[in-house]
Amino acid sequence: MPQIGSFTLLLALALAAYSFVAGALALWRKDDRLGETARRAGIACWAAVTVASLALVMAAFGNDFSVSYIMHHSNRDLPIAYKFAALWSGQEGSLLFWAWLLSTYALVLRLRYKVDPQLFAYASAIIAAVQVFFLLLVNFAAHPFGLVSGQIPADGNGLNPLLQYPEMVIHPPMLYLGYVGVTVPFAFALGALIMKYPGEKWIHITRRWTMVAWLFLTCGIFLGAHWAYEVLGWGGYWGWDPVENASLLPWLTMTAFLHSVMMQEKRGMMKMWNMWLIFTTFLLAIFGTFLTRSGVVSSVHAFAQSGIGIWFVWFLSLTFATCVYFFVRNRETLKSEHRLESLVSRESSFLFNNLVLLVACFAVLWGTLFPVLSEWVTGSKVTVGPPFFNRVNVPIGLFLLVLTGVGPLLAWRKTSLDRVRRNFVIPTSLALLAAIALMIGGMKPWQDSAYLYSLVAISLSVLVAATVAGEFWRGGRVIARQTGASIVQGMATMTRRNTRRYGGYLVHFGVVLIVIGFAGLPFNQDKEQEMGFGDKMQIGGYTLVCQSYTQDDKPNYSSEWAVMDVYKHGTKIDAMFPERRFYKASEQTATMVANRSRPAEDLYLVYTGRNPDTGKPIIKAHVNPLVMWIWVGVHVVLIGTLIALLPNLKPAKIAVKEKERAGAEVVRRGTVGVGGGD
Amino acid sequence: MKLDPRSSKLRIAQLVLIAVLAMLLLGADSDARFSKLGHGLMCMCGCGQVLLECNHVGCTYSERMRNELTAGLERGDSDSLVLQSFVQKYGNTVLAAPTTTGFNRVAWIMPFAVFAAALALTIWLVRLWKSRPVAQPVQQPKLDAAELDELRKKARQETEF
Repeated sequence: MPQIGSFTLLLALALAAYSFVAGALALWRKDDRLGETARRAGIACWAAVTVASLALVMAAFGNDFSVSYIMHHSNRDLPIAYKFAALWSGQEGSLLFWAWLLSTYALVLRLRYKVDPQLFAYASAIIAAVQVFFLLLVNFAAHPFGLVSGQIPADGNGLNPLLQYPEMVIHPPMLYLGYVGVTVPFAFALGALIMKYPGEKWIHITRRWTMVAWLFLTCGIFLGAHWAYEVLGWGGYWGWDPVENASLLPWLTMTAFLHSVMMQEKRGMMKMWNMWLIFTTFLLAIFGTFLTRSGVVSSVHAFAQSGIGIWFVWFLSLTFATCVYFFVRNRETLKSEHRLESLVSRESSFLFNNLVLLVACFAVLWGTLFPVLSEWVTGSKVTVGPPFFNRVNVPIGLFLLVLTGVGPLLAWRKTSLDRVRRNFVIPTSLALLAAIALMIGGMKPWQDSAYLYSLVAISLSVLVAATVAGEFWRGGRVIARQTGASIVQGMATMTRRNTRRYGGYLVHFGVVLIVIGFAGLPFNQDKEQEMGFGDKMQIGGYTLVCQSYTQDDKPNYSSEWAVMDVYKHGTKIDAMFPERRFYKASEQTATMVANRSRPAEDLYLVYTGRNPDTGKPIIKAHVNPLVMWIWVGVHVVLIGTLIALLPNLKPAKIAVKEKERAGAEVVRRGTVGVGGGD
Repeated sequence: MKLDPRSSKLRIAQLVLIAVLAMLLLGADSDARFSKLGHGLMCMCGCGQVLLECNHVGCTYSERMRNELTAGLERGDSDSLVLQSFVQKYGNTVLAAPTTTGFNRVAWIMPFAVFAAALALTIWLVRLWKSRPVAQPVQQPKLDAAELDELRKKARQETEF
């Protein structure tokens, strides 16, 4: 297997290099036949990288510990699913996986070249250049098929216990699909700029690609947050770790792009801005990879420090220089077709939305890199942790939430202040009512700034939810009047007619739910206690009673766990089993959190250890309000994005359907009438 | 001796206010301070987690550091004194966020400065774009039905979303 893997990797590099060079030459010399060979070489490159990836997976399945990577990231008793996940659990394997995903995206693009052969040829050549970089890395800097020196060990070191969790099998692929997916809109944008492509066709072509990449990145980020919450056992889901921040950076700029691109499509504005947003997103995706793998910043879950950082520096510099060169040369083609007509318009709301997203991106990047900067300037290192990020980003996030509520109420081009006032009365009143209700319910925003932020976040969430509901209501009512259907049917029809708009509103509603989940954070409670048989712990409204504690032994790990009965108001409502595992191969320990998640709050138990003197387990209990809404919100965001990806139902089709329905109704009534007569 | 009814009402109001303030401010004192300070410090074992959130098994630092924090609070040390003692013992990196002194101030100022600058720039740009003259047609164009339909289609497309 290692020989096959090594050979196919070299072959893939040669094919990618050919695809790039021949593709670029073909475009320069306008040689279609040469261009076709470049396209086919690109397709063959996918086959070669696929064989290499399969070779690594087969080596893991076959316990081939002669391969250094397999020896370090797998062991004989590792369950099959995690052996598969070994492909992306280490530096070399994950880079190979990255190269494979990129080849797969490129394959789809190269197979669909007939949509616009010229533009696709440019995009294909640019993607081939990116492929060359990653294949150079896996061939010469981080080779996944390196062999162990000396005697081949009988068993491997095993997979990191923290990664032995079902979500970790899908979290990295999702994240990588997002990161890698950015390459496609980047390639189309740069291609369109190089060839001075007129119009917005590249945007129409890449809109779905961008949304798919955004969807995967969103999914990956929140799967990571859920994994952190359920596995790491510290009671939180986001620690502002550099690796987490690295995933957030391209997500923020891509979100900005998805909004501002509408201005280009509808009004021919912001062309330069959009070009740079997509360039920046791609550069940040690569920069995030560099941060994770170079050891520049210390992180809990970065890959081991290695020498591949310099490769990324060169690649980033070269890409940036290329973008700047072609932008300067061809910027004349990116002139705006329209001017902004009013400050109170949908266009300016998108402009401010972009501003806030980019400032948030800057704040995260700044906080992530400040320790490096501080050490460079003052010679002393500082920590930039959650208190900094929360204090800086929460106000920015709240401002963004205001825009999320305001934006949809503004019309394109110009909105009269009277209309703004009229549209805002109900949402603003509901938001104020929510704030008053929360204070009556016991929230004291004057006690702590965190409580104040929480109150403002929930009130603004109500405002945004009201505007979204209002949009659905108004649209549904119009359709209902036109067709005689119910308002709910009207809303469904309206959503199908304009999937992008109403899918987008659903995404906003999902964001609202996520924010509500975040707003519970200041009210978290925790308590740690040694728990012997029958011992009790009081936290929040719960009484925890330790029923027993015991041990277990499995081939891959041994474990200790406690049985905790949960009482509320004197009634037993549940039994929970916090656990601690000791993984034999890696000789590492991991906690398995017991979490009772309900809409109001999570009861979250962690088996932190055992008192060596008494042998009794030490249990840490957390009561985390509203967390469930984060995961519900993510699902709504995903559903909204999937709806936005669907093509619109044409009004003509709807009319036919309505006619059919009306006809069917007449027939039904007739039948009923006849039947009734019988 | 008779009390002025207005002054007795005032006194009752003052007592109520003091009681409320005492409940609000004193009730949560030591626990809230422990939580606030503990969330402002990092565990120094290398796990990269905030002190009160470090939970990894076998951590040799967090328990000791929490005890030091409790001891500091029990001694009646002020917040700054507690933090200072941690910095002296573990170095600057024990603080979970940069301080607001010296070069560290830049960390706090920069995001908001960029925000303010970007906001000002955006407003200026919007005003500039708004003030650009638009070319006016010399005479009213005569449009046939097909052209009107085309324009309506364009308007719908531009304003639909």
